[in-house]
Amino acid sequence: MELTGAEIFVRSLQDEGVEYIFGYPGGAVLHIYDALHGQDKVKHILTRHEQGATHAADGYARSTGKPGVVIVTSGPGATNAITGIATAYMDSIPLVVFTGQVPTHLIGNDAFQEADNIGITRPCVKHNFLVQDVADLAETVKKAFYVATTGRPGPVVVDIPKDITAQKTEYRYPDKVSMRSYNPVHVGHAGQIKRAVRLLQSAKRPMIYTGGGVILGNASGPLTELASRLNYPVTNTLMGLGGFPATAPQFLGMLGMHGTYEANMAMHHCDVLFAVGARFDDRVTGNIEKFCPNAEIIHIDIDPSSISKNVKVDVPIVGCVGNVLQAMLRLLEKSSSAPDTAALDEWWQQIGEWRAMDCLKYDRDSELIKPQFVVESLYKVTGGDAFITSDVGQHQMWAAQYYKFDKPRRWINSGGLGTMGFGLPAAMGVQLGNPDNTVACITGEGSIQMCIQELSTCLQYKLPIKVVNLNNRYLGMVRQWQEFFYQGRYAMSYMESLPDFVKLAESYGHVGMLIDKPGDVEGALKEAMALKDRLVFMDFITDQSENVYPMIPAGGGQNEMILV
Amino acid sequence: MRHIISILMENETGALSRVAGLFSARGYNIESLTVAPTEDPSLSRMTLVTRGTDEIIEQITKQLNKLIDVVKLMDMTEGPHIEREMMLVKVKAEGDGREELKRLSDIFRGRIIDVTDRTYTIELTGAGDKLDAFLLALDPVAIIEVVRSGVSGIARGERALRI
Repeated sequence: MELTGAEIFVRSLQDEGVEYIFGYPGGAVLHIYDALHGQDKVKHILTRHEQGATHAADGYARSTGKPGVVIVTSGPGATNAITGIATAYMDSIPLVVFTGQVPTHLIGNDAFQEADNIGITRPCVKHNFLVQDVADLAETVKKAFYVATTGRPGPVVVDIPKDITAQKTEYRYPDKVSMRSYNPVHVGHAGQIKRAVRLLQSAKRPMIYTGGGVILGNASGPLTELASRLNYPVTNTLMGLGGFPATAPQFLGMLGMHGTYEANMAMHHCDVLFAVGARFDDRVTGNIEKFCPNAEIIHIDIDPSSISKNVKVDVPIVGCVGNVLQAMLRLLEKSSSAPDTAALDEWWQQIGEWRAMDCLKYDRDSELIKPQFVVESLYKVTGGDAFITSDVGQHQMWAAQYYKFDKPRRWINSGGLGTMGFGLPAAMGVQLGNPDNTVACITGEGSIQMCIQELSTCLQYKLPIKVVNLNNRYLGMVRQWQEFFYQGRYAMSYMESLPDFVKLAESYGHVGMLIDKPGDVEGALKEAMALKDRLVFMDFITDQSENVYPMIPAGGGQNEMILV
Repeated sequence: MRHIISILMENETGALSRVAGLFSARGYNIESLTVAPTEDPSLSRMTLVTRGTDEIIEQITKQLNKLIDVVKLMDMTEGPHIEREMMLVKVKAEGDGREELKRLSDIFRGRIIDVTDRTYTIELTGAGDKLDAFLLALDPVAIIEVVRSGVSGIARGERALRI
């Protein structure tokens, strides 16, 4: 039987096993919405803005490991989705975004709600497709999921002109697709793996530095096993938190601009650096000239273009981090060479001295609410087991520093693009994907207002997210840089005319709470968590002058941190 | 250093703009770029001339390989290869100068492919520096129009870029 393009689209999603599609209707996708209407296998989540839809799908993908799926209409629907697509692209998150397009014969005609979606999205997608024939639709959907989820994952856009969704053809969804031009590498080079193991075993001052690739590649099991067996210190990037248990004694905390003193010092002084699924981002390396001056570097990454991009490495291994780590574990098991325990003891002793600096200390006796204290209390109240999303800025760094993630996929934030407005919609996707877990969004009064409209979506789908608003009435990270580097000239960083967040939450049908005393923090969090089926918006009035420490200033090396 | 990179890619709309977009987004320079379908109409072959340090060229080839439409590529400059470019030059050819131009064209193994009583159009093929030399040899005032195809290249011997 012949089906319309719209029906084929919906059947394809069903056959692909899509659980949720996040989106917003409009003219160019009306046939598709009509086809979605008659079924309940693929549940549509109506956000209040297309940016929210992409972030929600992104949060769903990050927390479940399954691809996030989005549908938006042509023109402004697609352009509104760009920020979310670029966010996913920078963090290698598998998304499949379907954009409506004007009918084929009107393309290029400046038609109503027309935009060149393929052209606009090209620089921020892994790949994109324009469907030009209804006979190609099902296979293109399959290819989009295949490309998005394999190799180094990333967002894929499929642009579908309206007339294609009305035309009819036989439906057949391929079981699998292959593309001659796309063959991601899975297994690492055996010789390189051997060299890496040998180098790793010879280390006197080793350091394991892991990133988002460990999370995306579901490799935290083998990573933890390998690191424990070697008893080497481990640091995670912002994107890699949860890849190695933060409460393990081997964990030195996050590294980089706002990483811990011990992690950055150990990086600077190590003699063998083992980089796993990390990309030597500028926020990690600081001044590249001063980066790890004495280290021989091993680097596993699935993307060859990540290797030796910023920092020349000695032993590159291209492959899935999980596979490569397993292969290394097998070699270690068979190996007879013993580690240099004396050197390692000395190294751990040195690390202990750096640790003793207690770089994350803050004033616990303050009469004002310290933002760090709110995050610590949240950690305590949730037993360290919540899914935490964040927006971007000071609160994001405090969340990363003070919430100890023991499991992968629990820490959901926009690391690469640094997208304010990400946290709340991402939390919606996380909550839908993990309905029985606690989901908290740590945010600030600046970021939260960028996608605040999604509070309405949360009510519609009864998403009991706990919003932790660290409200310091400033764009805190901007203010901090202005204090440090612009002689305290606070240009446009003070947030005037803020809404009453309690009333705002209430007007959206949620629970609002205002907390302005340190003594009330824990009680409020407990009260909020007890409201299991309600969204609670907690507005914490925090110390305006608090800064994120420690910090590597721009141009500094990893051993040049500003401490409190 | 100057590199000639040959790319086999899916002959699909937008494939060229993916390559051009990559170069502009990452700040790589393109000296010349030619593209046409191959004997297999599903494939296009692109020849791209760029300059950069070894590190930059390594990144360029990795980034190109990462493009989904790119099937295979080869850095011609890594081995012996033949480089050719075609040029069409329209020059003023009047009076005594006509004979002189004919001789010059012969020296460079050019061919006069169109003639009017006041102009010659000369076709010339060779490596880029030969074409440059020919243009330098011409009286600049005489040059009416220059069209260059951009470089194409092929490896010497049995080394070949094919799928």
